[in-house]
Amino acid sequence: MRIDCPLCGTRDRREFYYSGHATALARPAPDAGAEVWDDYLHNRDNPAGITEDLWHHEFGCGAWLVVRRDTVSHAVLSARLVKGDQL
Amino acid sequence: MRFSALKVLTEGLTGNRGWRAHWRDPEPAEAYDIVIIGGGGHGLSTAYYLAKEYGLKRIAVLEKGYIGGGNIGRNTTIVRANYFLPGNSEFYSHSLKLWEGLEADLNYNVMHSQRGQIGLFHSDGQRDAAIRRANSIRNRGDDAELLSVAQLRKMVPYLDYDQGRFPIYGGLLQRRAGTARHDAVAWGYARGADRLGVDLIQNCEVTGLDIVQGVVRGVQTSRGPIVAKKVAMVVAGRSSQVAAMAGMRLPIESHVLQAFVTEGLKPFIDHVISFGMGHFYISQSDKGGLVFGGDLDMYASYAARGNLPMVEHVAEAGMTLMPMIGKARMLRSWGGIMDMTPDGSPIIDKTHIEGLYLNAGWCYGGFKAVPASGYCFAHLLATDRPHAAAARFRLDRFRSGRGLMDEEGTGAQHNLH
Repeated sequence: MRIDCPLCGTRDRREFYYSGHATALARPAPDAGAEVWDDYLHNRDNPAGITEDLWHHEFGCGAWLVVRRDTVSHAVLSARLVKGDQL
Repeated sequence: MRFSALKVLTEGLTGNRGWRAHWRDPEPAEAYDIVIIGGGGHGLSTAYYLAKEYGLKRIAVLEKGYIGGGNIGRNTTIVRANYFLPGNSEFYSHSLKLWEGLEADLNYNVMHSQRGQIGLFHSDGQRDAAIRRANSIRNRGDDAELLSVAQLRKMVPYLDYDQGRFPIYGGLLQRRAGTARHDAVAWGYARGADRLGVDLIQNCEVTGLDIVQGVVRGVQTSRGPIVAKKVAMVVAGRSSQVAAMAGMRLPIESHVLQAFVTEGLKPFIDHVISFGMGHFYISQSDKGGLVFGGDLDMYASYAARGNLPMVEHVAEAGMTLMPMIGKARMLRSWGGIMDMTPDGSPIIDKTHIEGLYLNAGWCYGGFKAVPASGYCFAHLLATDRPHAAAARFRLDRFRSGRGLMDEEGTGAQHNLH
């Protein structure tokens, strides 16, 4: 599996640290309530197919990426910088 | 048809013409009391114990593919009860006891082999943790022995003891642990359930759940609608998809876990051995192949195959521990899809929908859990109360934060297990 880092080009998966679904970027308000926070922290759509998840280019430029890929075929479709989104 | 030595002998002498199919291939009925979605190890054992222990009739198991074609046929076949935390420990202890009586109970040879499992440790800190784990296991009434290097050298002389990077300090042995023939476990439970009147319906994919005002009424399938009083979801590997039909989002992310087997070799690895400084555990099958596995590939996946970085890690770890296997040729590798929960422990619980039950989140521990998972889930389905051995496998533990079972101690968060 290779990931297209927007800054470094196509790199081996070994250079990246996987951090879970990109839903982590949609952080609820502090006072959103226990149910919303539980859902945010624990529950996942967990799609069999196209998904978006967060990868850290740990052994490269250090950027956080949103990677769009297929969980069934392992095809990597695109990657964009998280920069601009709320972390 | 009952299996016995006499039967094998008689059949052998008369051309093996008397063997019958192990289970029927029934058409689905219009209605059942209990419909179990998923004909894997857990679904089949659930059906078996529902019929056997609770005397229930009118049970169906719906399987999308064929019996034994899912994760029950894609694992490293290890059976052990060496968990540390309350919740897991009594559950796997219960499971091991069921394993020990399984062949007699099912009248089926599942090739359960209590060859012993050795978990190696490689530092003072790991030794302390192993002693603590051993005490916890023994306090629960199961067996655990601490082995010195001298003892290990006698039992398993082929490990690389003297290397500088990861020297072996000792091992934690559980003699009652071992392996079993994974396919036979599915076949044995399928046959047992079928004999007790359970309908095993293969090639029957559930396409929808009928839920009216918060009560489950039945399922829609590729072979037509089926009415049911209770519906049990036992589809680890696909839990999120089935639960989504009920409008539920589960605390599960699916990951691929790889395993490998080499060409057949003469017997030389007599135990299950786990490396303590990398992800590698190995046993030798009765056919002679070395069966070994590693860690998750560590990204969400539904592909029943992994990528090369983990292949490389497992091969490196294996070579570090027992360099002699370097000449063995790897024949096959495969991947199983794991329901990973945030704390790495499973879920056996009711859902918020009346009549809908969930058995999921088996992470890497599904195979050894097959007997107790079915036993405890059957108890829940039949009595609407959790079985004592699985009472902590609650779905709401993540929301409440109470009773999290984080065996690895890494934190109850996705992507850490």
